[in-house]
Amino acid sequence: MVTAALLAGPAILAAGGEEAVHHSDGGVLASGAWLIVLVPFVAALAITLFGKRLPRNGAELAVGAVAFVAVYGTVLLFSTWMGDGIVYEGAVTIGQFGGFEVEWAWVVDGLSIMMFFVVGVVSTACFVYAVGYMEGDVRPTAFFASFTLFAGAMLMLVSAANLIQLLIGWELVGVSSYLLIGHYWEQKENSSAGMKAFIVNKIADIGLMIGIIIAGITVGSFTLSTIMDKVEESDAALDDVAVVVAVLLFIGAMGKSAQFPFHVWLPDAMAGPTPVSALMHAATMVTAGVYLIARMFPLFEHMAPDALTVVLVIGTITLVIAGLLAIVQDDIKRVLAYSTLSQLGYMVAALGAGAYTAGLFHLFTHAFFKSLLFLGAGSVIHAVHSNNMSDMGGLRKDMPRTFWTFIIGSAALAGVPFLAGFFSKDEILASFNEGGHSIVFLLGVITAFITALYMTRAVSLTFFGEYKGDGHPHESPAVMTVPMLGLAGGAVLVGYLNVPGFTSSFYNLVTTRSVSHELLGEHATSFDIMALGVGFLALVLGIAVGYRLYYRDAPTQKERDRLRIPVLWPLLENKYYIDDLYMNGIVNPVKGPIARFINWTNSYIIDLVVNLAGLFTKGLGRFVYGGLDQRGIDLAINEVGAGAGFLGGKLRYIQTGKVQQYAGALFAGALVLVIGFWISIT
Amino acid sequence: MTIAQFLVLSAAMFSIGIYGVLARRNAVLVLLSVELMLAAVNINFVAFGRHMADPIAGGQVFALFVITVAAAEVGIGLAIVLLIFRNRASANIDELDALKW
Repeated sequence: MVTAALLAGPAILAAGGEEAVHHSDGGVLASGAWLIVLVPFVAALAITLFGKRLPRNGAELAVGAVAFVAVYGTVLLFSTWMGDGIVYEGAVTIGQFGGFEVEWAWVVDGLSIMMFFVVGVVSTACFVYAVGYMEGDVRPTAFFASFTLFAGAMLMLVSAANLIQLLIGWELVGVSSYLLIGHYWEQKENSSAGMKAFIVNKIADIGLMIGIIIAGITVGSFTLSTIMDKVEESDAALDDVAVVVAVLLFIGAMGKSAQFPFHVWLPDAMAGPTPVSALMHAATMVTAGVYLIARMFPLFEHMAPDALTVVLVIGTITLVIAGLLAIVQDDIKRVLAYSTLSQLGYMVAALGAGAYTAGLFHLFTHAFFKSLLFLGAGSVIHAVHSNNMSDMGGLRKDMPRTFWTFIIGSAALAGVPFLAGFFSKDEILASFNEGGHSIVFLLGVITAFITALYMTRAVSLTFFGEYKGDGHPHESPAVMTVPMLGLAGGAVLVGYLNVPGFTSSFYNLVTTRSVSHELLGEHATSFDIMALGVGFLALVLGIAVGYRLYYRDAPTQKERDRLRIPVLWPLLENKYYIDDLYMNGIVNPVKGPIARFINWTNSYIIDLVVNLAGLFTKGLGRFVYGGLDQRGIDLAINEVGAGAGFLGGKLRYIQTGKVQQYAGALFAGALVLVIGFWISIT
Repeated sequence: MTIAQFLVLSAAMFSIGIYGVLARRNAVLVLLSVELMLAAVNINFVAFGRHMADPIAGGQVFALFVITVAAAEVGIGLAIVLLIFRNRASANIDELDALKW
């Protein structure tokens, strides 16, 4: 129904980039878009302060805030489609320090509206789901406060009109991710996972920060539209540093979007509650890096094609290695985490191949079906109280709604025709093929095969065969299944927004920007038969192999896996030893010898200095007290006092009490004065 | 009569007064001696006032003031002496040394 409106509604068709497209400023809808950012932040603050006193521990505020964002994002989306496309930049000056003005600026254009819509809709689904999932949790208020803070931070990031604000949103997203991964911090590995995510992200963020500083200083402004103008003008100063800036920004994106070699944090981040994994570690937060590359895409495309090659290579490595790892995981959330890595690799590689729309389209569709898969996994975990697929099996009968939505999500992810993932993945494969990247195309197809394989495996082990866990699993409540049904609808329908040759709504949306169309790439007008055919073949093969290997003999899965892939197995089971490499190559040397050396320095050198200083001060104090104060100053004061006492003791006998003696003294004194005067006059 | 005669008289009275104040033991007589000294001063005031032909009679005015003050002083003094006598059955000034060291 919605799709029908979208197919019929969009009036603007791809202009091809030659003629200037006139955009509207969006009126009050765009100038009020700051509300989208502010409302979640205010809600997060309110939950922190008053959440515990509310009947549902603040969940109602959280859901209200993100529902507002979803409605606002949807209204913006439709108004940009119905009109000429909104491009608007608003700013409020927060403070002025000399010549330096601090402003909070927000940009409303096709790209940010797309992100508002995704973040709003997926957040609403995940938040509503979380109300059911977090029932009886130890810290629901803290959870919803952090979760809402995340929504605000993510919207701050995608609405940022300048790089500084983007960085603030970027870091706040990292903070809320840290808080939520470590939500169950009573277990050491959960808080360690949070720290791992934060530290790995932080290392990558240094690249982002340096890139932003170089770009800002070179251009003289941190405002994105100014930088884009310079790109369009082919500014010489920016051209000199463009590759460096692009690579540094990409390093930041590699951290947030968990690209090789920064991918290690994402699987561990599954320690957080499942709604967090669904929203942050599948749909939104990890796409921040993809968003950043897309936002800066003209810079990459026009000035730094070499950096784009780096993007392509990194994306390709990630999509292959993560896909392979997803095959051997037993933890269902980790299967999905590695799958997310692999799909992020597709998005990044697509952008690296110059396919701006394809990369973003995959981001868009992936947000729906991957968050759906995570919510389904959470529903299963909720029912069997275990993350491991070796404790599941046969759940299709007990949990029909979860089963069917999970099937839809898996099919969309694997790229079954006419579901969302089919269109977006096909477009990416087509962009590899048409761009002449034959190796990347081949690896992309192989990974499509792997994707179908591991999703078939996950579905088989979870929903088919015999139930291997304890107790009786039951379907989750409606508060959890309804959001899943909604997202399943999205996973079916959103692919139709960008069918080559038929619809171009998505292309029109994400190219509605202040830069000209040439810098954002062309729109595919027909299916690439080669990509379509090979992709479909990979899908069918993947499902077939998965069915053959995993459908029948689920109970003894792990042992048989070990026998089937003898060479690859140890490598995969140990995650290519990358975590061990980091642990033994970086973490242990740092915390071993270096820490010991610093400890030694501390206890023998610094402590020595401190102790000597202490001893000296102590001696000085003793001298000052005993020698100077007690024997010098106090003695003098005591002697003066004793002298005064002694003198007073002697002199008091003058005071006889006899009036006549006093009178005699008086007269004698008067006489003395008289004689004195007399002598002085004569 | 010359001024010297008055001054000699006055000096003699003042000296007798000092002697009385310092040597007498009876508190009443001490007060009496003080009155004598004040009278000597009054004689001096009047004599000098006449001698210098003061047009506003300052010497006489001051003598009148001194008489007034002396009357008040002797009134208070006698009252104190009376109270001391009542308390201690003695007006002997030598014994009044309660304020010594």
